[in-house]
Amino acid sequence: MTDTATTAQPSDPELHPKGVVSHQTSTGISNEKLAMWLFLGSDCLLFGSLISTYLLLRHRSVTGPGPEDVFDIPFTSVSSFVLLFSSLTMAMAVGAIHRGEERRCRTFLVTTAMLGALFIAGQVYEFTSFVKEGLGYTTNIFGSAFYTLTGFHGVHVSVGIVFLLGLVIMSLRGNLGPERAETVEIFGLYWHFVDIVWILIFTVVYLIP
Amino acid sequence: MSVQTEPRGAAGPAEHDHEAHQKAHPTDRDYIVIAVVLGIITLLEVGTYFIEDASTTFLVATLFPLMIAKFAAVCGWFMHLRYDNPIFRRVFVFGLVLAIVVFVATLTSMEFWSDVYPRGM
Amino acid sequence: MAIVESPTTPLELSPGAARVRRPLGGFTRPTATTGWKSWLFTVDHKKIGIMYGAASLFFFLIGGIEAVLIRLQLAAPGQKLYSADLYNQLFTMHGVTMIFLVIMPMGAAFMNYLIPLQIGARDVAFPRLNAFSFWCFLAGGIMLNTSWFLGGGPDGGWFAYAPNTGVTFSPGHGMDFYAVGLQIVGLASLVAAVNLITTVLNMRAPGMTMMKVPVFTWMSLVTQMLLLFSLPVISVALFLLTFDRLWDANFFNVAAGADPLLWEHLFWIFGHPEVYIIILPAFGIASEIIPVFSRKPIFGYPFMVFSGIAIAFMGFGVWAHHMFASGMGPLSMAAFSLSTMFIAVPTGVKILNWMATMWGGKLRFTTPMLFAIGLVTMFTIGGLSGVTHSIAPSDTQQTDTYYIVAHFHYVIFGGAFLGFLGAFYFWWPKAFGYMLDEKLGKWHFWLTLIGFNLTFGPMHILGLQGMPRRMHTYVEGYGFEFWNLVSTIGVFIIAVAMLVFAWNILRSWRAHRANPVDVGPDPWDGRSLEWSVPSPTPAHNFDEIPTVSHLDEFWHRKYQEDEAGKVVRVATGEEVAQKGDGTGVHLPSPSYWPLVLAVGLLLIGYGVIFNLGLAAAGAVVLVLAGFGWGYEPADDPEAHHGPEADGEEPSADGDGAERVPVGVTAGSPESDEKASSDD
Repeated sequence: MTDTATTAQPSDPELHPKGVVSHQTSTGISNEKLAMWLFLGSDCLLFGSLISTYLLLRHRSVTGPGPEDVFDIPFTSVSSFVLLFSSLTMAMAVGAIHRGEERRCRTFLVTTAMLGALFIAGQVYEFTSFVKEGLGYTTNIFGSAFYTLTGFHGVHVSVGIVFLLGLVIMSLRGNLGPERAETVEIFGLYWHFVDIVWILIFTVVYLIP
Repeated sequence: MSVQTEPRGAAGPAEHDHEAHQKAHPTDRDYIVIAVVLGIITLLEVGTYFIEDASTTFLVATLFPLMIAKFAAVCGWFMHLRYDNPIFRRVFVFGLVLAIVVFVATLTSMEFWSDVYPRGM
Repeated sequence: MAIVESPTTPLELSPGAARVRRPLGGFTRPTATTGWKSWLFTVDHKKIGIMYGAASLFFFLIGGIEAVLIRLQLAAPGQKLYSADLYNQLFTMHGVTMIFLVIMPMGAAFMNYLIPLQIGARDVAFPRLNAFSFWCFLAGGIMLNTSWFLGGGPDGGWFAYAPNTGVTFSPGHGMDFYAVGLQIVGLASLVAAVNLITTVLNMRAPGMTMMKVPVFTWMSLVTQMLLLFSLPVISVALFLLTFDRLWDANFFNVAAGADPLLWEHLFWIFGHPEVYIIILPAFGIASEIIPVFSRKPIFGYPFMVFSGIAIAFMGFGVWAHHMFASGMGPLSMAAFSLSTMFIAVPTGVKILNWMATMWGGKLRFTTPMLFAIGLVTMFTIGGLSGVTHSIAPSDTQQTDTYYIVAHFHYVIFGGAFLGFLGAFYFWWPKAFGYMLDEKLGKWHFWLTLIGFNLTFGPMHILGLQGMPRRMHTYVEGYGFEFWNLVSTIGVFIIAVAMLVFAWNILRSWRAHRANPVDVGPDPWDGRSLEWSVPSPTPAHNFDEIPTVSHLDEFWHRKYQEDEAGKVVRVATGEEVAQKGDGTGVHLPSPSYWPLVLAVGLLLIGYGVIFNLGLAAAGAVVLVLAGFGWGYEPADDPEAHHGPEADGEEPSADGDGAERVPVGVTAGSPESDEKASSDD
């Protein structure tokens, strides 16, 4: 792009052919990527509030089962592995698209989505078995706090899966080429964030009673 | 006359940040290695579950470093924070540290720690 | 809008022309450039800013009526104008409306309008997201106020302490409207924060380092950072309250083991940064207005910047000073008392710097300057009472009395609102191309100042004498009668003042219509870049993005120092300013989706309260709008490129990358060369 004071408009938003993120910015980083990191920084506060609320309330139930009565650590650790692995496949998807390997990227995106869905399935199974054991959403304060925290995380994962499917459809229509690599990368940031929140939850909720 | 942009706070020159392809960039193999390491750490974490009568202090002392290591690994490599413009790291770490400080203060105010370590234990 | 319309309507493909592939979004984009549709689907930050300003003034009317009703009730002891329950709704909605629907959007109005102009950009980073923020805010505001007609307004105070606001003690839908409506309004601000932070960091003109950014934009950046990190916390609190109320969760069910302090902590972790969110943009405005009308640069620019950052930072460490009477425990009391005392320091720095700016300056007491000085003085009073609150033992007497009501009205009304009123007068010519009448403006100012002090000054006394807050009436014989009456008279003076303001706007607009006078780009002899473009601002902002080498860049192009070091004028504003006739500028295209997405949220909001089927429908709209938005290109490839040079036919083909660079005539050899080289 020719750079002259009269032509270059470095402050122009989204001034590029469809999909190309090559406008100049004051910092040299793309708007979309900065926006995603800002959002993730903000999401830390969201999960911080939920996790602290959970920690405060989990042992204050007056009735009903407590964490030690219902948690199945071996089962949940499988879920953890699933999500961890999905982060790997997500990273591989980003790597693939940077190299222009659209098909490979698509495969990894699909795999990530399926692993995410497997994680959600595991959560659903876990929740239903807890309910069978007497821990409903309204049973006690532990139940409310636990389901809300893990529920918010689960919603984040589910929204991620929807986005992944959207990306896969774009890829199938030929709209997710290497010029769009940053879109995949930015979504990857969100997905990894969801994974690291789970890293926190797994330790603090499940492993440290 | 070429456009002068002065990047704010960036350590390097004001080149387009094409996602740090110029410098070291994790390869697929690197990602797999990191994932394996994360898997091993997770196994260790799960292992603590099987330790009988583990005290909270012990669990915190072992699990927190492991958790932080996993957190840092995913952020640093999978999310590319190690290789990207420092702005991202600053924004994210700011949110993280703020959340930790504010909520530790809140829990302290609500006497959470005495719940965790009640008198006599 | 200043887009020149070519003879053929360039936004429609002529009949029989090759049909470009239908956009993935499913609908062709809106294309109107005038009329109500151009406002409904706009993504232009200036139009959005104006809409925020208009909406905030409309909600001010509603909140003001609520205030008048409150003051009527309290004018004399033992009155029974309304039930205690209705009174609770009145003061709750007055607070909610004034904070979330008036003072915050008023700040947003100026931030939206001015930030791109002050940094030399053409728009914000994400124009459609910007539009969404506005419509989302409006949806939330409408929803909150329909509570009056749908079972009664929220009645738990603007701070909504649970478990008092749970279903047991607040049956009826009022608090549901609060929880859901505020959630929606909060989302608007969160999204805007991401947008504006990205804008300020990434879209500054060449040469504009962070330490050359105008103070207003700096304060706005800090405000957005506060929003970014504080909103999620109230969002969680509102979710917990919603879950308790709608689905019987136990978060605030004390019998089930809940701690009522949880709500207070979560709320105030947001609530305290919130007050800095309210005041910092106004501080920024004062830092723009005072230098212009003192003909001096702001005193201690780095200190102004860093004190703003310090206020924000420390603002996250003082929240529990709102909880001094909650039984927190002595350690918390001492810690938060101390941190609150410290936070007065950076604010004091600002006050001193404004005074130092005026000292020795060539002062012009225009209406904006009067309001700015009003901000400084009234905020100082409010800040001083704030310092008295920071001392926990004395706060224990003050809390829940009218002394606190006095404090926050002095800082919010006397501080932020006076500042924003000054901003209306200051930037009105830039936005609309004509000045507001100065004489009426001065009447407006003095009536406001007098009315405001009459209304809220006596509340210091009433509070220290023991009159409690949030009580629908008071008993004779405590000596509260006189000052309450004075206060009520004061509120009517404020109302008259605001009528003067409305009259000023109407009259000035009519005078301009009858006899348009070009007010020029720089009616005040301003300092920052927004004064370097014509008034009203052209749609494309700058013909040519300026290259910046100084703070107060525009000022430095007009004035320089001679050999003796004296400041002399080298050019007038008109000479230096851009002409507004830039051609071939690519503007972000309007879009339906922000509005549709906001409507989806509104449906979900009502649905969650009344009918889950409606919520499901809203969710469907949301998801569809999300996909529509995602698949819609950021800029319409078929869009017109703004005014073309020399009557050249606009290109109607589908290649969005091809554009005529500004400053180069379309059809010339250079433009062909540039058009063919890709980004």
